[in-house]
Amino acid sequence: MLVLDKISSGYGRAQILRDLSLTVRSGEILCLLGRNGAGKTTTMQTIMGLLPLMSGRIALDGKDIGSLSAHRVPQAGIGYVPQGRRLFTGLSVAQNLEIGLLARHSGPDTLEEVLTLFPRLRERYRQRAETLSGGEQQMLATARALCLRPKALLLDEPTEGLQPSMIEAIRQVIVQMRAAGVAILLVEQRVDAVLSVADRVAFIENGQGGEVIEAETLRQDHSIVERYIGV
Amino acid sequence: MELGPYLILASLEGAVTAAVLALTAVGLSLVFGVMRVVNIAHGEFFMLGAVIAWWVAHITGGHPAIGFALALIVAPVLVGVIAVAADMTILKRLDYDPERTIVATIGLLYIIQQLTLMTYGPEARPVEAPFNTRLAIPWFKNGEDGWQMIWPWGLGTTSYKLAVIGAAVTVLLGVWALMKRTRIGLVMRATQADREMALAFGIPVERVYAMVFGLGAALAALAAVLIVPIQQAHYLMGGDPLLLSFIVVIIGGLGSLPGTVLAAVLIGLSDGIISVFFSPTLAKILATLLVGLVLVFRPQGLLGKRGV
Repeated sequence: MLVLDKISSGYGRAQILRDLSLTVRSGEILCLLGRNGAGKTTTMQTIMGLLPLMSGRIALDGKDIGSLSAHRVPQAGIGYVPQGRRLFTGLSVAQNLEIGLLARHSGPDTLEEVLTLFPRLRERYRQRAETLSGGEQQMLATARALCLRPKALLLDEPTEGLQPSMIEAIRQVIVQMRAAGVAILLVEQRVDAVLSVADRVAFIENGQGGEVIEAETLRQDHSIVERYIGV
Repeated sequence: MELGPYLILASLEGAVTAAVLALTAVGLSLVFGVMRVVNIAHGEFFMLGAVIAWWVAHITGGHPAIGFALALIVAPVLVGVIAVAADMTILKRLDYDPERTIVATIGLLYIIQQLTLMTYGPEARPVEAPFNTRLAIPWFKNGEDGWQMIWPWGLGTTSYKLAVIGAAVTVLLGVWALMKRTRIGLVMRATQADREMALAFGIPVERVYAMVFGLGAALAALAAVLIVPIQQAHYLMGGDPLLLSFIVVIIGGLGSLPGTVLAAVLIGLSDGIISVFFSPTLAKILATLLVGLVLVFRPQGLLGKRGV
């Protein structure tokens, strides 16, 4: 379970997040919805320790991770799939995955499991990361995070710019991870994509947390979404 | 007068320059590539290597080979430790900001230089080479008895100079293997590719930076130990290697190690050949001109990748 308790954060002196609270339970997909610039990516970067935590507390399974230095956060068990994939260019698929394995000293069995989830990566195993197609790169970014055997998984717009078959493949894996008990925080622009997979939806506005609503309720009543997102 | 023997001599002299330059420049390139830090104090780490080599050889006494062998280990290690300390106390506190680290390393340059002047003094001091057999350069000449080997008078090199070339090649292969074949190299390349993602995947970036800065400085120090039996140690000797390293790194492509080595060989050899046949000044003029041309027509360098 990943708990954010009244966290504030930002870039330099520009504060973006103000007392944001969120709880992602193990084995659920919580989707963060909000307009551009509302602070979705900032939330993820703050959890990863890449932005300084000004106040508040972040805990993973009851253990405080907000006070850890950035490289200790993934070691505590958080996998991050950043926006724009951000693979290690110049490194092969195998080496990108190896970096993921190193973080939590995962063994070859983890690698085997991840490659079973993404058979396409096995075919491209020795290829350089930047030579993969967009969908394959997204698979690699996801696989790299799964190599940590994460307790919580942060996905920042994982289906952005992908063709439908790839979106479906990524979605399948996310659902499988939920079944395996991973706490999943998902940022996604497309509301229909969110509603088909999320368990709960948290709204974020101007860096502040809004309502948290069961996805089922939203599926029946779209008007709430429109109020927050303004589509 | 035949041209051939002189060309061989010039190439050999150039190869020695290239070897030492390649080691120094690879250190600079590594630091820039991984840390995005332009280390102006790199030449001073080179100078420290030479001064420490003299100091070690001076204290040890006995056969020159003993002192030299000791210096070969002590100087790079000591300079590496100094660089790591500089990284942790200065660069880390500046958050590795590209502009501020330039100013900081300029400061470091003067601190190291002046401290050396105050302690070691203004003299240039030689270190005796561990071995220094004179080798004449052979040439083939078609005389009355057909082809025969001759040794043109006055042309020769030393076994030590050949050993410098061999040592540099060995160390460069070692650096290549470190980067491509080891886990530390993998972590360094991942950090180079994306610092933030390296952090997000558990790589202790600050420790990697300290190590890279130390390694870069140690390579410069090692190059200086190799050259000091030929050149003498002096507190101002860091200027030329710094300038040439920058030329080489720019021509080769910022952060590209193969490009750096290629450019070092190019600049070193042309420096040797042009110096022998024309003048050392012309060699520097041409090298600087080449930098200008590269910057205009191929800003990413010979083997560099286009930046994002």
